Amino acid sequence: MEVTLNVNGSAHPLRLDARVTLLDALRDHLGLTGAKKGCDQGACGACTVLLDGRRVVACLTLAAQCEEREVTTIEALSEEGTPHPVQAAFARHDAFQCGYCTPGQIMSAVALLAEGRAGSEEEIREFMSGNLCRCGAYPNIRKAIRDVAEEG
Amino acid sequence: MRPFEYVRAVDAGQAVALVSADPDTSYLAGGTTQLDLMKDGVLRPARLVDVTRLPLSGVTSTGSAIRVGATTTMEELAADPVVIERLPFIREALLLGASTQLRNLATIGGNLLQRARCRYFRDPAVEACNKRDPGSGCAAITGFARMHAILGTSDHCIALHASDVAVPLVALDSVVHVQGVDGPRGIPLTEFYRPPGDTPHIENVLRHGELITAVEVPLLPEGARSHYLKVRDRVSYEFALTSAGAALVIQDGLITSARVALGGVGTLPWRSWEAERVLRDAPATRETFRAAADAALEGARTLPGTAFKVDLAKRTLVRTLETIAGARA
Repeated sequence: MEVTLNVNGSAHPLRLDARVTLLDALRDHLGLTGAKKGCDQGACGACTVLLDGRRVVACLTLAAQCEEREVTTIEALSEEGTPHPVQAAFARHDAFQCGYCTPGQIMSAVALLAEGRAGSEEEIREFMSGNLCRCGAYPNIRKAIRDVAEEG
Repeated sequence: MRPFEYVRAVDAGQAVALVSADPDTSYLAGGTTQLDLMKDGVLRPARLVDVTRLPLSGVTSTGSAIRVGATTTMEELAADPVVIERLPFIREALLLGASTQLRNLATIGGNLLQRARCRYFRDPAVEACNKRDPGSGCAAITGFARMHAILGTSDHCIALHASDVAVPLVALDSVVHVQGVDGPRGIPLTEFYRPPGDTPHIENVLRHGELITAVEVPLLPEGARSHYLKVRDRVSYEFALTSAGAALVIQDGLITSARVALGGVGTLPWRSWEAERVLRDAPATRETFRAAADAALEGARTLPGTAFKVDLAKRTLVRTLETIAGARA
């Protein structure tokens, strides 16, 4: 089927099988491999992207459902080589080990801040719980997010 | 995943006609259960009719109730000002379910129709599942049953209904509005689900092709206090071992109105009229709350793996009621 995806400000006409998820369309058809495939069943958050500004798991979203919607991926965060404040804070606080979950963590954190849910350690803990980190970098992930939240 | 045809519905009538005419066609809303189970090979529709672009989203208030459009997402409903002000236990239940990423996709209609989280149901490599393959048996009854039901079970199925928000919704006597080929009808949520009995593959009273269009939720009376408490193996992003949603009106130390439902224990969102009867016109004391919890769990049928749930569910309900009474004081 014909599907046009609006990703990071550009329209991409694609020819896809109906089964293709947003995650597979991004990775396999558009070469945007920032969003990661972890569990592929909505449990780990590694594929987190923004759909019309709201964070979603791209693995449980059909590409066909995203027509006429705006998809934002980690590739669009930095501006002209300058890391987004959340990206810079993750680097500063060493908020990762293997890095596989990091793009999903960062996209989720960007949305969390926009939602106004980074007011306390407890709030960050609760509203970041959809992003798993097998390396257990959670303390530094929270520090990075708090840092950005406090900078305002 | 079996190949399927994707159709974006243009209006509700077309969607209902398409799905009603073909047993192999299903609705697609948020997709968080539907696509997951299709990837696992548990659901194998030949065609999906996407209803997320239909004008079925949003919350309207009628003064005594709210009408929640079926495709309103969990996050949208949790952020609704009337829900925050008048139905706080619905907001609590919503935000304790899933993750923000899933709540931004999952719809209220889909939440009510979510399928069992039973590991045996979700794994087609397991042969015995009466819900997936009627007559094949139940692997859960002799398997790991920690996450299974103790109320409303049968010898054929012990799968839990895992929705959080359905707990306060059933306590409030919400009404599910549906549209079918024969027109619309309203179904009380207390009569919407079917206990497994000897037909666990039939989970509710919907006819194939009937589309949930809205859920009507009566507001709590003035002066009511409510709370939803969820107990689980990890503190966030996990299904309930036990949960309770309750609303009380307490006047001069006496309970004048009580609504109680339990999660994590029933094959359906478990309204406890037994607990409500004990609470009504009784003093708002710990003794009353304990008696209500005993009444709520009286019919529990446990297995070795679920025996712990009886006491846990009672303590969950007592804590919920104490929290409400304490907030009142």
